[in-house]
Amino acid sequence: MSALLSVEGLSVEVQGGRRVVDEVSFAIAPGRFRALVGESGSGKTMAARAVLRLLPPGLRIAAGAVRLGGDDLTALPDPALRQLRGPSIGMVFQEPMVSLNPAIRIGAQMQEALILHRRLSRAEAEAAARAMLARVQIGDPDRCLAAFPHEFSGGMRQRIMIASVMLLRPALLIADEPTTALDTLTQREVLDLMTGLAREQGTAVLLITHNLGLVARYADSVSVMRDGRVVEDGDARAVLAAPKHGYTAALVDALPRRGAAAPPRREDEAPVIEARDVVVRFPGRGGLFRRAVPEVQAVRGVSLAVKPGETVAVVGGSGSGKTTFGRALLGLVKLAGGEVRFRGAPIDWSDRASRLRFRMACQLVFQDPYSSLDPRMRVDAIVEEPLKLLPELDRDARMRRVGAMLEEVGLAGYGARFPHALSGGQRQRVAIARALVRDPAFVVADEPVSALDMTIQKQVLDLFARLQRERGFACVFVSHDLGAVERIADRIAVMQDGRIVEEGPRDAVLDAPRHPYTRALLSASPRLEVLPA
Amino acid sequence: MRRPVPLNALIGGSLIGLLVLTAAVALVWTPYDPLAVNLRARMVPPGAAYPLGTDEFGRDVLSRLMAGAASSTIVSLATVAFAVVAGGTLGLVAGFLRGWTDRALMAVNDALLAFPGILLALGFLVVFGASKWGIVIALGLAYAPSVARVVRGTVLSIREREYVEASRVIGNPEHVTLWRHVAPNCIAPVAVLATSMFGWVLLSESALSFLGLGVPPPAPTWGNMLAGSRPFMESAVWLGIAPGLCIALSLLGINLLGDWLRDRLDPRMAVHA
Repeated sequence: MSALLSVEGLSVEVQGGRRVVDEVSFAIAPGRFRALVGESGSGKTMAARAVLRLLPPGLRIAAGAVRLGGDDLTALPDPALRQLRGPSIGMVFQEPMVSLNPAIRIGAQMQEALILHRRLSRAEAEAAARAMLARVQIGDPDRCLAAFPHEFSGGMRQRIMIASVMLLRPALLIADEPTTALDTLTQREVLDLMTGLAREQGTAVLLITHNLGLVARYADSVSVMRDGRVVEDGDARAVLAAPKHGYTAALVDALPRRGAAAPPRREDEAPVIEARDVVVRFPGRGGLFRRAVPEVQAVRGVSLAVKPGETVAVVGGSGSGKTTFGRALLGLVKLAGGEVRFRGAPIDWSDRASRLRFRMACQLVFQDPYSSLDPRMRVDAIVEEPLKLLPELDRDARMRRVGAMLEEVGLAGYGARFPHALSGGQRQRVAIARALVRDPAFVVADEPVSALDMTIQKQVLDLFARLQRERGFACVFVSHDLGAVERIADRIAVMQDGRIVEEGPRDAVLDAPRHPYTRALLSASPRLEVLPA
Repeated sequence: MRRPVPLNALIGGSLIGLLVLTAAVALVWTPYDPLAVNLRARMVPPGAAYPLGTDEFGRDVLSRLMAGAASSTIVSLATVAFAVVAGGTLGLVAGFLRGWTDRALMAVNDALLAFPGILLALGFLVVFGASKWGIVIALGLAYAPSVARVVRGTVLSIREREYVEASRVIGNPEHVTLWRHVAPNCIAPVAVLATSMFGWVLLSESALSFLGLGVPPPAPTWGNMLAGSRPFMESAVWLGIAPGLCIALSLLGINLLGDWLRDRLDPRMAVHA
């Protein structure tokens, strides 16, 4: 079959000559699904953008050809290329929160391209937009057409985005990490819709992603990129089942996989931390000069106990209350009901000694390693800070502990750096070092790896698991992805709408889920197992 | 790792260095007594005896400029320091505590902001009296509200960052979190504001002198020299040009230096090669 789009020896360089995309070639047949896989900095997004010549300033196409039909897109004059953007090649971007114009109603945004390219009348365009919104399962298309983007969640916006791109029936859809900002369940829904729609219309899809699980589920063929080059290319199933290149093998290895089963625990062991019927409300606001905000009940009576050395994963979609519950365990949000007991006794927040005793022993690892470190402090000062509250340590003793801790997280010699000079994975290691340097008894890890690349995720998770084995702290691991917790959890609690709907040992929850929500989460979690043998 | 100091910072630094040096020299030595009246040498144009000429009382302009540099610099620096400390503390506390404290403090602050700074300073001067330190307090109070605004705004965004929450999780008391993690991250906008404020203060001090509320005569400041030169703009143009040029060059210097300072104070910009 002749190719719809063929990219031949495409190179993109920054001013000064460094190549971010180096001699990349691939082809997509009409109606087929190709994935371009790689981690951040691999050049996959730039390669895809170069197809449409939508490169950021400072980058230019240095060599190669992009053939669509009979045209070479790299040589096409701008007006002719604009004619192709939209009707022939549609594009969906990563950030649904910013890719729709916040000042224009959905209807007008969707009709804009139709009126421009298809020369439809306003009424015809509106009818087409309404039908398409219904197709992507937007509940009330008429209301949606009249609404502004901010009225929708990320998943809804991405559906609207896909609907407006697919309205033009493009021959090729380029989707750049379209679901990375969404939780697992929504990701599944949006991608299912997108591929369904593409199949109906015979649209070929180029999906840019870092997630091999999505490749396994959706793609026919795959190109694996690293440092601007395609290192492996071929049939998706064949590549994933038997990767030839070492890097592909590392990526496959980084996919969620179950760790060793936890040794059975003694029933009578006392929990380190115990939540009893915890309720958290975010009070509504009203008043003379403000818009009234209704009260939100984020956590509605959750009980959970964690024993020493145990890792309990709290899993749920966005809005399930899992993050708020994690913060409630640490006393970072006010409880509206219930109590948190630490080593068998309730924490008295009004008593300074009791509060401090708890703080010294309980720590949090944040989700976003880019904002959880003070940009003005050097790495060793960041890790030293928790120790300053231990009066028995002098500066020498503190720095010795800091040095040892940094060595344990694999950052020996990085002490004098500022956070911005570190990669995301290194920053998260610093955050882990800060949380563990005081030898806490209990740690809440709030999506600690979801901002990281797949191979880095694995490294950080392995590090975390090793440190936990060595130090024996109890851990609550908050995540939206059941796959990610497979490696590390002993027990899993699934949260929905502020309640725990299912809780049990990891293998029981993953292999025999009882609650429909757990089953939905499980099937949405992108894994290699979906490959038919 | 360290970048070479860019040209504009060098220029700014030299100008400010020159200003400070002149002010320092003037404290111990000037060519003539800046206050000595010499009615036989009135309005002498620049020449060998008087490099920058003399004014309507026969006082040496160069000597007066040098003496003025000292008082103008001291007044401006002290005023800016006062405004930054007062306004900064207010903004930090209001932004960090939020709630009623914030609303009360900012209500007063906004009321003060509603007045033009110079008008406010005039009001305060009536209370404190026209003297060097009166001006410092009056102008400082007049400019503090804008510092408070900027700092509060910055604090509001910084207090939501995760590293602030991380500091709480570590167990730091609130005041440690505030001083160690919040305040230092407000420095960049404050440094920019402070440098431009130095310019405003220099000008305001001139304006107050012009109205007769500045440093009382016969003590020279650049402001009252400029103001005093106005009647002679056509006959003795050097009387206006000399202090005017000094003010302009100082403003240029402090602004160039301020830009560089802001970049240096931000570790994200300092380390990149």
